[in-house]
Amino acid sequence: MKRHWNRRRKVVLYTVLMALVVLAAFAYGALIPESAAAPDFSQAKLPPSLAHPFGTDWLGRDLFLRTLKGLSVSLTVGVAASLISAVAAVLIGIAAATGSRAVDGVITWIIDLVMGVPHTVLVILISFACGRGLKGLLAGIALTHWTGLARLIRAEVLQLRSQPYIAVSRRLGKSSGWILTRHLLPHLVPQFFVGLILMFPHAILHEASISFLGYGLPPEQPAIGIILAESMKYLSAGMWWLAVCPGLLLVAVVLLIDRLGENLRRIVDPYSAQE
Amino acid sequence: MSGAFSRIGRTFLRYLVKTAFLLLAVSIIAFALVSASPVDPVQQYVLGVGGVSPEQRLELEAYWGVNDPPVERYFTWLGALLRGDFGQSLLYRRPVIDIIAERFLNSLALMLCAWLFSGLIGFGLGCLMGMTRDRLPDKIIKQVCYILSSVPTFWLGLLLLLVFAVWLGWFPLGFSTPIGMLNEDVTLAQRLHHLFLPALTLSLMSFANIALHTRSKLVDVLESEYVLFARARGEGPGSILRRHGLRNVLLPALTLQFASFAELFGGSVMAENVFSYPGLGSAVAAAGLNSDVPLLLGITLFSALFVCVGNLTANILYGVVDPQIREEQP
Repeated sequence: MKRHWNRRRKVVLYTVLMALVVLAAFAYGALIPESAAAPDFSQAKLPPSLAHPFGTDWLGRDLFLRTLKGLSVSLTVGVAASLISAVAAVLIGIAAATGSRAVDGVITWIIDLVMGVPHTVLVILISFACGRGLKGLLAGIALTHWTGLARLIRAEVLQLRSQPYIAVSRRLGKSSGWILTRHLLPHLVPQFFVGLILMFPHAILHEASISFLGYGLPPEQPAIGIILAESMKYLSAGMWWLAVCPGLLLVAVVLLIDRLGENLRRIVDPYSAQE
Repeated sequence: MSGAFSRIGRTFLRYLVKTAFLLLAVSIIAFALVSASPVDPVQQYVLGVGGVSPEQRLELEAYWGVNDPPVERYFTWLGALLRGDFGQSLLYRRPVIDIIAERFLNSLALMLCAWLFSGLIGFGLGCLMGMTRDRLPDKIIKQVCYILSSVPTFWLGLLLLLVFAVWLGWFPLGFSTPIGMLNEDVTLAQRLHHLFLPALTLSLMSFANIALHTRSKLVDVLESEYVLFARARGEGPGSILRRHGLRNVLLPALTLQFASFAELFGGSVMAENVFSYPGLGSAVAAAGLNSDVPLLLGITLFSALFVCVGNLTANILYGVVDPQIREEQP
């Protein structure tokens, strides 16, 4: 029985699960009317039950719906930020590997620079520069997450450049652009997708952390970080579900995406599976 | 021997110059970011003080030079910085340098505990995983590591707070000292009591990395031919771990641990905010939220310096202590 669960099947399973989660988060966010998550004081402070799987908060709002809504916000920010970051990483990585020594030096130095400031501090700073809000959050996360992937892409392109077929192409008179689009980019596509998917959980975790600190989204848009920050006030009142349930859902989603990315990486790059 | 020392000296000097440039760049970027912010510092200050007339406000603006061009302001700030003047914090009404000094001690206690604890636990578990590769202990600990790296620091902090402070009541809800007590009266035991939960949170967040790293290194060593030969000679697992494993694995693990200062600092920002622990991390979050620009800039620079010290130590360990790398250097 165990043999049936090889890596490719696992990837398919994780992809289906992820699609379900994303669908659920967005469908609930869009389809469920506002009234379902509206305050209802007769239903306030209820622990989890069948009617309210995550319980209700101090205003009587259903926490499950609120969390799903928060998840859709977090997923949107995560997808947008990691897409921007991954595309930037590919461009920067290629530029570093194919440009002159000076370009390479400057890019390597900038990567060191971005890694030299703790990300949380840097995101706070960028978020402050954008006057907080969604824009600052997006910019902060997008600007801090590209470094690792850019390094990987740079190393990959440097290695590809020394391949004989590239030299042959060049001797045959192909232009740099042709070599880039026909020889280099196809090799980078799997790296790009794996890097993107692995960046995604980090982006969501950072988004949650920063909105937990009070940056980013306004309280009317309940990102999971904000829901958890609000729950702190009610911890000593015994309302444990406010902190536990949304966090569990967040961890489950992050874990799911991380496993998907990791399994995909091992399919794309079998050598690393030995590690 | 003197050759080794001059090599250390040269590496150190080169790194020092690099660090200086890096810090300069961080200061420029941080200042540019803060200048780009739509938040008006004078408005924030006026709101904080209250009762400022329009004339006084204009005077303040002139005194602070908010209408000067940004480049000029940057050099004024940098000049003051080089003389050791980080400016006044708007939030705490005290010199920024004093706040950083005081709070860094608190943060250092927290980060040092977490650093040592996560290093020891991570290394120990990593060795255990490597030795029991693909058997039950390895599989369990590996899953725990994967799960922990998907858990946000602040949520773990919240859970620990919920279980140990609210339900069991073993630990206080926050702060570094009992509320309402003078700083001098607080005993070491009370400090440690308040330190425990944030330090535990931070350690649990950072040991997964080091454990997985140690595991993969140890697996490499155990697959080598010299270990095969040692086994053939009849050495037991304990002896192999001691004589072949630890020697090869300890240094990379230590290097990794020093190179992780950035994550440590970032994690401490979250842990300190959950537990209201008065360190640099809670100060930087408060500074950003309350538009306390001098404090925000000061802590950003300080955190970059902190990360640089960690990287420098990692580089020295890596480049000078490890004979394999030493040989490769020209």
